[in-house]
Amino acid sequence: MPTVKSLDDLKKIREEALKKQQMKETSGKTEVIVGMGTVGIAAGARETLKAILDIIEEDNLDNIIVRQTGNIGLDSFEPIVQVVLPGKEKVSYGRVNSEMARKIIKQHVIGGEIVKEYQIVG
Amino acid sequence: MAYFRSHVLVSIDPVCVEKGAYDLIRALQDELVKQGLIDEVEVLETSRIGNPVSEGPDLMVYPEDVHYTNLTVKDIPFLVEEQFLKGRVAEEFVHEAEADLDEEFSAPRSKEVRVVLKNIGEIDPLNIEDYIALDGYMALGKVLTEMTPEKTIQVILDSGLRGRGGAGFPTGLKWRFIRAAEGEPKYMICNADEGDPGAFANRRVLEGDPHSVIEGMIIGAYAAGSSQGYVYCRAEYPIAVQTLRIAIDQARSLGLLGENILGTDFSFDLEVRMGAGAFVCGEETALMASIEGKRGEPRPRPPFPAQKGLWQKPSNINNVETYANVPKIILNGAEWFASMGYEKSKGTKTFSMAGDVKNTGLIEVPFGITLREIIYDVGGGIKGDKAFKAVQTGGPMGGCLPEEYLDLPMDYEALGKAGSILGSGGLVVMDEDTCMVDIARFFMEFTQDESCGKCTPCRVGTRRILEILTRICEGKGRPDDIDTLRYLCEEINENSLCGLGKGAPNPVKSTLEHFLDEYDAHINEKRCPAKVCKALIRFEIIDGTCTGCTLCARNCPVQAISGERRQTHVIDPDICIKCGICEQLCPYDAIEII
Repeated sequence: MPTVKSLDDLKKIREEALKKQQMKETSGKTEVIVGMGTVGIAAGARETLKAILDIIEEDNLDNIIVRQTGNIGLDSFEPIVQVVLPGKEKVSYGRVNSEMARKIIKQHVIGGEIVKEYQIVG
Repeated sequence: MAYFRSHVLVSIDPVCVEKGAYDLIRALQDELVKQGLIDEVEVLETSRIGNPVSEGPDLMVYPEDVHYTNLTVKDIPFLVEEQFLKGRVAEEFVHEAEADLDEEFSAPRSKEVRVVLKNIGEIDPLNIEDYIALDGYMALGKVLTEMTPEKTIQVILDSGLRGRGGAGFPTGLKWRFIRAAEGEPKYMICNADEGDPGAFANRRVLEGDPHSVIEGMIIGAYAAGSSQGYVYCRAEYPIAVQTLRIAIDQARSLGLLGENILGTDFSFDLEVRMGAGAFVCGEETALMASIEGKRGEPRPRPPFPAQKGLWQKPSNINNVETYANVPKIILNGAEWFASMGYEKSKGTKTFSMAGDVKNTGLIEVPFGITLREIIYDVGGGIKGDKAFKAVQTGGPMGGCLPEEYLDLPMDYEALGKAGSILGSGGLVVMDEDTCMVDIARFFMEFTQDESCGKCTPCRVGTRRILEILTRICEGKGRPDDIDTLRYLCEEINENSLCGLGKGAPNPVKSTLEHFLDEYDAHINEKRCPAKVCKALIRFEIIDGTCTGCTLCARNCPVQAISGERRQTHVIDPDICIKCGICEQLCPYDAIEII
């Protein structure tokens, strides 16, 4: 990225970043977001993240973007995994271990059906 | 050693024992002998399996990893035949683990208003573009191109933003003082020491949205006329430190930190300094000493940091959460911020909720919300639906407030009047099983340990208080102890050098005020009403309720329990170490604490 020399430069970067996000939304890719703060990691988020990456690699799944975020505050539900299907509302899952992650990827990310029993109801 | 192809683990926790776990074990062994499998399948006892809500009795079959529940003796022949002869899973008895999760998985958070925590969970903290896409650094752009430093300070003043680290000093005023101070360079410092046990809001912000803090600091530096900043973060927060460092590097490579930011003549750079985790280093003068590489000890004020701070230069210290609020105020305006909150406390505050509350974790609510709303509506109530006893606000130097204060609006002044503090926003909820004398002793142990030792009232006074409280908990309290405690609390509060010493007596003072009857019971009746203090309780087995199942006797770590099978057992008080294992295990509630 070029350095920002003025407010206009900054606005340009914002436009590009927004464009990238919109492209993500319209590209038909599913986002899988893992909370990777201290609480999440202490509760096992590293294993969960690794399991998700393994499943994606094993099954050669494309169209999935895996990214991290901070911990949102629902500590007793960590590790938390959020799934955003293209054009759909975000779904949050709580206390996700490797096995549950597998089921979430199979049933929700690929199959499009929310795994109700793991979902955190707001 | 014999080789078994399968192992059956039968749970012998009280619930399963009551439902006939031992009969099941016997039936299993008989059936295995009958089928000639006893050399291939081993039956073992284990503690509770999986979800406590299951019907029981529970058993696990390995290596197949099948969890059966709700079995009776007459099901055993079928189970053995299916599982071990035919090698099939007996589906009708398999425990459905997911079935009872639904209710537990609801987390109503409707009363929350997220300002500081807004981006967390949305953005990738390691990617500056995510932050910029959500109007990140736009507030900085607005300040640098449209606002003078004086105007910036005025907006922050008008918003009513006050220090989120605990003292609640108006942030705009602090900035005005440092701007007016003589001397160059001026330093902008972020206090990310967060030493309160049970507080984790700052860590969460640094880990989840580091750029909001960086942007807040740059704006503050512009207002104050500062060119160099430091974030003082404890080494116990390795992920926060790493995330912050990455964020600072990204901001620097974009030119948002460094020389001539956004093409203006304003320059500012930022460094992370790690602290070794001493509690007193959250105090501003001790913190600055620590950054300088000196021993982390406070010094008397004045001179205030705004005149002589870090390296004797004008310095400004704000908390992580304070800085994180700044960009939002600049973008949305002072009126927007001032419209949230209560009387003199504006905006929102994060609270780290811990203790005997159902939904522990971090919340953000507007000032003025009551403790009751926080604990019952956001926190989901008390764990196990027990009765509420007290809540301690503001970390180890806060007071313990009883039920009468549940409708207290959360703000700096109201909490101060009630004898507690807002502090860094720790909330420790305690249920009816908490002994308030023991809690006071626990917090005193912490502050006594963390006292830096520089001034006598804090160093010696906290130790004396701890000795007296320990004595009371051991049943050796004297009638004049309460007066001595009151005297010590006053003296320490008045004469200590820094906030640690001044605040240290708060837990003792507040429990003396609101729970004097408990002190009285400990000292005069040698009784602990909450049945926590070991020296003042004893365990007894109730004659007639005990069935002589021998479960307690077999699990007692010191063999203090004796008795014949099917006869009432007896605990020998001279041997008993009051660990409470028997009470937890007894399926018939036949063990009483007296």
